[in-house]
Amino acid sequence: MELSPESLQRIEKLIPRYPTKRSAVLPLLHIIQEEIGYISKTSMEWVAKKLDLNPMQVYEVVTFYPMLKEEPVGRVQVKVCRTLSCALRGGYKVCETLQKELACPLNGKSEDGAFSIEFVECLASCGTAPVVMVDDVLHEEVTPDKAGDFAKELKSSSKQKA
Amino acid sequence: MAVKETRILLKNVDQPGYTNDIECYMKHGGYKVLQAALKRKPEDLCKEIETSGIRGRGGAGFPAGMKWKFLDRKSGKPIYLICNADESEPGTFKDRQLLYKDPHQLLEGMMIAAYATQTALSFIYIRGEMYEGARILERAIEEARAKGFLGDNIGGSGYSCDMIVHRGAGAYICGEETGLIESLEGKRAYPRIKPPYFPAVLGLYQCPTIVNNVETLCHVKHAIEMGGDAFAKIGTPGNTGTRIWSVSGHVQRPGYYEFPCAGATLGELIYDVCGGLAPGRILKAVIPGGSSSKVLKAGERYKGTFKDGTPFDWSLEDIPLDFDSFVLAGTMSGSGAVIVMDDTTDMVEATANINAFYAHESCGQCTPCREGSLWLSRVTKRMCSGDARKEDADLLKDIADQIDGRTICAHGEATAWPVQALATKFKDEFIAKAAEPKEAALSDRQGESAFRLI
Ligand SMILES: Cc1cc2nc3c(=O)[nH]c(=O)nc-3n(C[C@H](O)[C@H](O)[C@H](O)COP(=O)(O)O)c2cc1C
Ligand code: SF4
Ligand code: FES
Repeated sequence: MELSPESLQRIEKLIPRYPTKRSAVLPLLHIIQEEIGYISKTSMEWVAKKLDLNPMQVYEVVTFYPMLKEEPVGRVQVKVCRTLSCALRGGYKVCETLQKELACPLNGKSEDGAFSIEFVECLASCGTAPVVMVDDVLHEEVTPDKAGDFAKELKSSSKQKA
Repeated sequence: MAVKETRILLKNVDQPGYTNDIECYMKHGGYKVLQAALKRKPEDLCKEIETSGIRGRGGAGFPAGMKWKFLDRKSGKPIYLICNADESEPGTFKDRQLLYKDPHQLLEGMMIAAYATQTALSFIYIRGEMYEGARILERAIEEARAKGFLGDNIGGSGYSCDMIVHRGAGAYICGEETGLIESLEGKRAYPRIKPPYFPAVLGLYQCPTIVNNVETLCHVKHAIEMGGDAFAKIGTPGNTGTRIWSVSGHVQRPGYYEFPCAGATLGELIYDVCGGLAPGRILKAVIPGGSSSKVLKAGERYKGTFKDGTPFDWSLEDIPLDFDSFVLAGTMSGSGAVIVMDDTTDMVEATANINAFYAHESCGQCTPCREGSLWLSRVTKRMCSGDARKEDADLLKDIADQIDGRTICAHGEATAWPVQALATKFKDEFIAKAAEPKEAALSDRQGESAFRLI
């Protein structure tokens, strides 16, 4: 596993702030996932060594938290809120439209690897439902009417990135 | 608008020109309360919070002053303070406003709470999806540190306390305080059993720990500023201060609104403040305190007597917005998350949506919660795919009853309570589902009036 010098520096600064090394597990995993995109077995072993833990103690954390991924996801990660307040305003419909427009199955990747779509639970923005997260940015009031255009914008901006 | 908001916590939030940096906060009088507090005895401040009667805004409504008093000081172990910013109860989005738009208000409240309880180290546990929120807090902490309001020798008082922002990773159960503590220790968020693991005694690293909600800790600043007595005069006895209500679902103006406790009714909130329902729609049901609270059905009456013997007879619209009134109406105010549903809502689908949430979020430690939540979810999903049976309402109620009271943490009740209320109050709809032709359940809905909920 190769981490950038910046990430390594963040990690070195972070660990001694906690009363126990083990508390730094989630922060380390976040840093790794943000840089590499997912958490491989090698990464888990690296974290375990860094924090004087058994690899199993890292693995059981990775498998517990829905945000931590063991496999690479799409280059753009789309998370649609599934929960009641969003559903009441068309969240399911939005998710369907996004799947169709981005040619991406739910909980899977598009063939070109550009997108992945998943349903997630309440994102604490129910007053501006339906909401969709794209990578680390929250998009509010993505209504069923707007979902098609929203998908088109995602597609054109992902092309620019690639 | 007949009723008016009283914005204390949200006073500056959304004001034109108000930004979330320390300069703006200090221009508006920020950190003066902390500086004054540091000159007082910590015990005095704790007393002030007790007098204020502040109740926890995270869900359970437990008095903050009493919680602080339970701290085991005899142990001689360090004391920790944790701000619960996991905000994940479906329907709730008030903490987000406070975190993103006025982070220094929270930091000031936390440092006052830290000094009052002589905390050694403080944490903000923020849900993982709030990337921007975590960045805002990190920056706010560095700004406050640079000005000496946090870190070493705060305000020249000799008292030191650092603050760490710790990000969750998408698990609802991290909002439960002992699950949160386990998570902060670097483990799975498996809630601990109480007794003996009351955080105030055996909390983080087995040390005395306070866990308070974002809104609660923001109130601390104002209670110290105005004094406990003055704070207690806002609202009603036992229900003091203002509260922020998150309103979502089928109203014209969803949003967050702050009122003194009992300063408005549920009806005023829905119709005056939030502009009522869409034209032509009729109110069907309201979930008053996040998805784990029991549903209120339009047209119901809530009757009984107050502690002093005077009787009350309320419609749903009459219920005062506070803590105790919702308990009197057979439910709870929880996190203050009001989810409004109009007559187009399919209540079986709404139940299925809620059940899917709790099935997904059970940590799996207790058999009744793990198996029961999945079973409830399977039954309601089946009902919504055209295979409903007449006896399903009773089955659901029966499963829920077997979860309630038989688990390590209150996620069990959070799973059971909505079903107990929904499958009973809307039983006729659950039964009618069985008579619905299969095609109707699976057909694509037309128009905005009928979004699929599962
Ligand atoms: C399943 C479950 C989820 C919870 N989620 C949250 C949450 O997201 N935020 C929160 O502040 N409290 C949450 N709580 C309540 C906390 O356990 C705890 O009571 C609260 O943080 C205490 O703070 P307060 O007294 O200031 O309200 C949750 C409780 C349960 C049982
Ligand atoms: S009640 Fe549910 S969430 Fe709580 S500890 Fe038991 S299994 Fe976990
Ligand atoms: S239900 Fe979607 S953000 Fe809360």
